[in-house]
Amino acid sequence: MSRIDGLFQRLRGEGRTALIPFVTAGDPSPDVTVPLMHRMVAAGADLIELGVPFSDPIADGPVIQRATERALAAGVHLRDVLDMVRTFRAENATTPVVLMGYLNPIEIMGAETFAADAAAAGVDGTLVVDVPPEEAAELAGLLRPYGLDLVYLLAPTSDAERIARIGGVASGFVYYVAVKGVTGAGNLDIDGVGAKLAEIRARIPLPVGVGFGIKDGDSAARVAAVADAVIVGSAIVERIEALMDEPGAIPDAVAGFLGGLRQAIDQADQHKVLA
Amino acid sequence: MATVADEMQQPVAAEAAQTGYHYPDASGHFGRFGGRFVPETLMHPLAELTDAYERYLADPAFLAELDNDLRDYVGRPSPLYHAERWSRELGGAQIFLKREDLNHTGAHKVNNTVGQALLAKRMGKTRIIAETGAGQHGVASATVAARMGLECVVYMGEVDVARQRANVYRMRLLGARVVSVKSGSRTLKDALNEAMRDWVTNVDNTFYIIGTVAGPHPYPAMVRDFQAVIGRESRTQMLERSGRLPDVVMACVGGGSNAIGLFHPFIDDADVRMIGVEAGGEGLATGHHAAPLCAGKPGVLHGNRTYLMEDEHGQIAATHSISAGLDYPGVGPEHAWLKDSGRAEYVAVSDDEALAAFHGLTRTEGIMPALETSHALAYAAKLAPTMRRDQTIVVNLSGRGDKDMDTVAQLDGIEL
Repeated sequence: MSRIDGLFQRLRGEGRTALIPFVTAGDPSPDVTVPLMHRMVAAGADLIELGVPFSDPIADGPVIQRATERALAAGVHLRDVLDMVRTFRAENATTPVVLMGYLNPIEIMGAETFAADAAAAGVDGTLVVDVPPEEAAELAGLLRPYGLDLVYLLAPTSDAERIARIGGVASGFVYYVAVKGVTGAGNLDIDGVGAKLAEIRARIPLPVGVGFGIKDGDSAARVAAVADAVIVGSAIVERIEALMDEPGAIPDAVAGFLGGLRQAIDQADQHKVLA
Repeated sequence: MATVADEMQQPVAAEAAQTGYHYPDASGHFGRFGGRFVPETLMHPLAELTDAYERYLADPAFLAELDNDLRDYVGRPSPLYHAERWSRELGGAQIFLKREDLNHTGAHKVNNTVGQALLAKRMGKTRIIAETGAGQHGVASATVAARMGLECVVYMGEVDVARQRANVYRMRLLGARVVSVKSGSRTLKDALNEAMRDWVTNVDNTFYIIGTVAGPHPYPAMVRDFQAVIGRESRTQMLERSGRLPDVVMACVGGGSNAIGLFHPFIDDADVRMIGVEAGGEGLATGHHAAPLCAGKPGVLHGNRTYLMEDEHGQIAATHSISAGLDYPGVGPEHAWLKDSGRAEYVAVSDDEALAAFHGLTRTEGIMPALETSHALAYAAKLAPTMRRDQTIVVNLSGRGDKDMDTVAQLDGIEL
């Protein structure tokens, strides 16, 4: 069983919701990332999403755009990100890692080379933001033999037909983008999220993570009440940005923030079990 | 001359049945190029847009309204002018200029914005967004938004805002909000990124008017169909004038909308050479240019697969051109396909050659071309002397040069 399937199966048994932090690999400098990943796991992260820097991140808001620019300025590219995962895996064999990014860096490396190298480095899945299922056949065909999951986004604009189509190709989990907008945008409409999740669950048997717009323990707890995973990106990256001049303090600050989210989610999970 | 509506009556399907050229396919691919590489949030709105585009481009009432607007508001048909004096000076083929610079707002861009704005109105959208490089597409978008009473936001890279100040002011006079984009290279590609982000966020009430034949399907096909009026008129005008088709059709290529607009109606005329001229900047060997078809490789950017300028890591490379409108690292996917299939040829000319052509046409014909257009003129000036005097070249004079006065003066070391 893949690390991602194993994780969600275990959490389901325990009645718990996954906490998935996102950080941009190499932000603000390459040596910060791996120690930060370990600290996030210690603080309660169940799966880590690692952003692969790309020069033209059309789905990202200003916070993650700036993180991307810092990482690119530090010379971090896809190959370096794979090295980071390899280093992380040397000490952590269990926490799944999903790479989130855009297609062009994968294409230039060669999708098959990428699949082989990513699997060897210990990557569990990829979320390629600008590859909808309609364009994914080739990439999916190359990733699958290496056991890499292809995680897909679902949006408030995804109708029943699109949900079914994505359900037909996704593996690992699906990622529901809770607001129309870019990363870091807007406020969460939790009732709307609940209704959409019911629609998704009726058509896709995979765990559903919810991201975009989760900023604190309160919003994390409200999402945990309806989702299988809470995904937090910009709120973490903002904390990294605030400490970019003292990177040594980043792991503690992020771990402190995640610890608070973990606590809020665990409390929400207890209500869920009781209910 | 047949009206635009007559000519557009059965645009895509019927033309394909008659001719054989039938790209893109139903999913928006031109061979291996094109497609729809966007975040999930945009997939549904793109499907809606495709439905509307296919429906209205076969709707006689829509086409009649478009025809009226192109005639009475844009000023079509635009003349095909025989540049006799310039041709004589070059000493070879006869050069004809398709005068898109005489359109309202001074460039070919308005053909497309008029069409897309009509579509926006039909779709019930109340807000228009656009990206712009040189500012011509931004002005053309702000213009149609003003006319229709739609809110308009134009995204423009900070670098371009600085070098195209007159157009920025023009857009503001027209009531548009111009957002100076400070991310990435702060040029056209970043303006496009920011417009996409706006669209993802405001997709319910917003229509994104992309200014070139790039972006996700249906934009490359839709913008082409709105710009193909250039080639249809040119074809008819050449036949009326000389009784035969031109030997060469030529246009500058940034994203490539004016070139596709001219080329498309000639694709099945195998004897007509089609030449696209990219911005060679300081020379292809220097790396400081904006010529992805001549010196790039295939990749994915802004929703489609096409030729790109990128580094060995797949990061999009910084581009250079004296003309803001050509300063773009990608190119429309149909050009990528026409290049690979061998139907069209693509060449590059340098900043200096373009500037020389700007002066050449200005002095001999009293027509001041845009710096973008000057790239096509520069290659025409190279090619014409190698051709016979009874042969013809149609160059798309895609825009006028008024907007470039500051740039040209600066390059010539003159303070205005």
